[in-house]
Amino acid sequence: MSFFTEENRSLAREIIGRYPRRRSAMIPLLHVAQAQAGWVSEEAMVEIAELVDTTPAEVLGTCSFYEMFKREPVGKYLVNICATMSCALAGAAELMEHAEERLGVRAGGTTPDGLFTLASAECQAACTEAPCLQVNYRYRYRVDADGFDQLVDDLAAGALDDEIPPHGVTARVRQHIPAGRAVGAVPPEAVNEPPVWIAAAASNGAGSA
Amino acid sequence: MSDATAAEAAPSTVEVTINGVAVDAQPGELVIAAADRAGVHIPRFCYHERMSPVGMCRMCLVEIDTGRGPQLQPSCMVPVSPQMVVDTTSERTRRAQEGVLELLLINHPLDCPVCDKGGECPLQDQTMAYGPGESRFVEEKRHFPKPIPISDLVHLDRERCILCDRCTRFADEVAGDPLIDFTERGNETQVLTFPGEPFSSYFSGNTVQICPVGALTASPYRFKARPWDLVETESTCTTCAVGCRIAVQSSRNELVRYLGVDIDPVNHGWLCDKGRFAFGSVSSPERVTAPLQARASSGATSDFADAEPLRRFQPTDWGSALGAVAAAVKAARPGAIAVLGGARGTNEDAYAWSKLARTVLRTDHVDAQLGDGLPAELAVGLPAATIDEACSADTTLLVCGDLREELPVLHLRLRGAARAGTTRLVEIAPTATGLTRNAVRSEQCRGGEAASVLRNLLDGDDPLAVELASGSVVVVLGRSSVSESAEATAEVAAVISARIPHARFLVAARRGNVRGALDMGLAPGMLPGRALSASPPPVLAAAWGEMPGERGHDATGILAAAASGEIDVLFLLGADPLTDFPDSMLARLGVSGAGTVVAVDSFVSQSAAEADIVLPAAVFGEKSGTTTNLEGRVSAVGELVTAPGSARPDWMIAAELAVLCGGDLGFLSVDEITAEIAAVCATHASAIGPNLAVDGVVASGAAFEPEFPPEHVAPARDAYGLRLVCSRKLYDGGVTVSQTPALASLAADTVMRVHPVDLERVGVESGTEVEAHSDRGALRLPIVADSGIARGNVAVLFPSPHIDVGALIDVTAPVTDVRIETRAGEASR
Repeated sequence: MSFFTEENRSLAREIIGRYPRRRSAMIPLLHVAQAQAGWVSEEAMVEIAELVDTTPAEVLGTCSFYEMFKREPVGKYLVNICATMSCALAGAAELMEHAEERLGVRAGGTTPDGLFTLASAECQAACTEAPCLQVNYRYRYRVDADGFDQLVDDLAAGALDDEIPPHGVTARVRQHIPAGRAVGAVPPEAVNEPPVWIAAAASNGAGSA
Repeated sequence: MSDATAAEAAPSTVEVTINGVAVDAQPGELVIAAADRAGVHIPRFCYHERMSPVGMCRMCLVEIDTGRGPQLQPSCMVPVSPQMVVDTTSERTRRAQEGVLELLLINHPLDCPVCDKGGECPLQDQTMAYGPGESRFVEEKRHFPKPIPISDLVHLDRERCILCDRCTRFADEVAGDPLIDFTERGNETQVLTFPGEPFSSYFSGNTVQICPVGALTASPYRFKARPWDLVETESTCTTCAVGCRIAVQSSRNELVRYLGVDIDPVNHGWLCDKGRFAFGSVSSPERVTAPLQARASSGATSDFADAEPLRRFQPTDWGSALGAVAAAVKAARPGAIAVLGGARGTNEDAYAWSKLARTVLRTDHVDAQLGDGLPAELAVGLPAATIDEACSADTTLLVCGDLREELPVLHLRLRGAARAGTTRLVEIAPTATGLTRNAVRSEQCRGGEAASVLRNLLDGDDPLAVELASGSVVVVLGRSSVSESAEATAEVAAVISARIPHARFLVAARRGNVRGALDMGLAPGMLPGRALSASPPPVLAAAWGEMPGERGHDATGILAAAASGEIDVLFLLGADPLTDFPDSMLARLGVSGAGTVVAVDSFVSQSAAEADIVLPAAVFGEKSGTTTNLEGRVSAVGELVTAPGSARPDWMIAAELAVLCGGDLGFLSVDEITAEIAAVCATHASAIGPNLAVDGVVASGAAFEPEFPPEHVAPARDAYGLRLVCSRKLYDGGVTVSQTPALASLAADTVMRVHPVDLERVGVESGTEVEAHSDRGALRLPIVADSGIARGNVAVLFPSPHIDVGALIDVTAPVTDVRIETRAGEASR
């Protein structure tokens, strides 16, 4: 047993240490797991449950709530083509058709070389730049068929490696907080005073009934 | 008590208006709860008074005006405030209720005709009462494969689920086993377990009971009956000594379901799965239905591993069987009759056998405990605490076995109290327990050494000593292991009483009515009404007449005497020493060495199989009377079904046997016994009566002050061995589990668990089979690493279905040390 690499295990311990309750580290650790493997396996969830002192069922419950945690393997590049109104009016359907043809998989599928997963997505909030898509959540605007082909070629050739890390990697440079400089969040049960704004409201006379 | 003073200081009530009527609500009370108390029903699905509100289902929307005009608000999420005006019947409320129900039914399959919940379904009932009557939804509903088993006992139908969060909240908040959770989201939201990790909680059955739709069903009840076919009586569960209040339901004279009844002092509506599903053993085809007599040819001793124990016997009638028993009794030498057991029956059963033993059989060799409890004087005489007191004491000290395994609902109560902060749990145990996570402090000790750990704590300058000296203290006291002597536990009581005189004790007795049996005098030197036979109360002495003068043997003494041929007639009153007595060698010698063995039992247990006469006994659900839980709370048990064949209650057997032996117990019905108990037991005069409240009544006080054993230093550990700790498992090798089809497969055989460091010293991989040697015997078992076990201990489960753990135990030794030998035959520590 050990899903996490040695490096990620110590990272996990550092992350857990930031919270007064271990369970609070669950989502950050799901990110670490997805960064390591590109997706979140059951094995990873079991290990996270152990690390944050809860049950795998609770990790699954949290993980499955978030669409961006993938519980099936996805390609190195997750290509989300917007299919909502503005993009649809500007040719998203044609773009998807082209993409399916170019990559040889249907929307939702992954290319046999494991490089691309093609997906149809809801509005990505770039309606002025329709049709748009995201590769590992990095935007590409006003994409036409040629632009798409160029993008695929560049990705396959590694020309965009600097800009677009593999799926699951949230940031290449991770912030490390040395234990000595951690804020040291107070556990909720140790807080005995009401929140500051209640006192402030009371002193302004707003709280008096 | 600190709660009470706080309540007096704060404004005592909040006046609100509900449907035009002024209601005095408690400060902080939720509107829905205040309405409930005022007799106004607000429909609800997700709200449950024993769990925190979540506002999930929106069914309890009502119009609430807090001065800013009436607003639709979920009444389960809004606490009362002064001058609040609530309208639960307004037109807007009605429209909201209709809308919520129309939405809840969008995906509900409406398969009520084939649904087990039909007829008692809150969704069905509230749709009829508050629903719109028709739906505008014409699209396809959600579909899921159904039902899927989420554990061995519970099935889940996700199509019926309305996502109220009751089961998942229960699993997390109350049971502490969050093995089910909402997964996915939006339209795909569903309750699920993690793949490969079932909802194997000891409390899973409660989710079925609180499910407001038919989404969760329990396999033992699926398609068994319809609610309108059920006959019901209220009773008290006697599976363990907690005494949860239950509704017993039957259909066509067969028990089909138990439901928890919510009473404040005990179970809050919850049950453990063992109690909830134990009815399966009542209708087991293995029940003894007629008296059995051993065939003459088979001889007194037979092979213990006989595959078909029933072959030894031939069925007979009660007249012949009791005649044979009476003949054996008359032929017995004076003082050579003994009665073991009596903890599985009612108080009335125990009283009848206590009276039979003393006044007719003329023996004081009686013991309801099988070497696995506290000395009776302590169990009965220690200053007692109730469960509520344990849940509200400043500190509750746990020096007992794992309550989750032994007394599951007491575990729930204490866990809930610790989480709510109404008490602080401090634990001293040889292994991690279910409450370790909830304890503010958990001291691990070697088996049998809790007393010295406590002494060090209390005599030293530990901050705990200061806290215990000033605040209220309840000690949950029990045997954490049967492989150490009862004196070790008695010493704990002595240590505490000497240093914390104000401490009160909740004795963690395990067996169903063991407390009642002790209260009724089924222990050597004891008499009904928590009295000592050395100084019998005058009323009792007058009623019973002459009693045996000499103090008799306890279970260990009885078996030892039987082994050396001093017992001519041994009664096993629902007792199975071959399974339950810790020292299996002594049990075997005792049962085979006794002259005539008479088993009064519902099954041919291992011990009954060795008996000369088996008398079929009626069990829970087949007889009425009263039972006593570990607090000393007396409550009623109800009769609902007919005992199979000619099986009859224990008290009836006692009464009839008395006549055949030339005596007369003086009662012919349960009610007469109950009345006699009330008359002769000062402790029970107010507790027992025809109008016993639903909550029961705590019989308080004892007729004597207990004497504590002298404190002594714990025995030195064998430097080459590990200390054996026999812990309990809820699903064990006992008859309730093995005879209940739903539970039998859940009982697992034991392994040896040791701390990883100790395993390293043994020098084998976790899971390797090794041999454990004690002074008494040897046992071959896999050994596994478990960091929850204290260093120097080796934990096994007792009783284990197929493994004779008792072979290692010498009940007369203070502790049991074992040496571990690896397969190579090389001894190592």
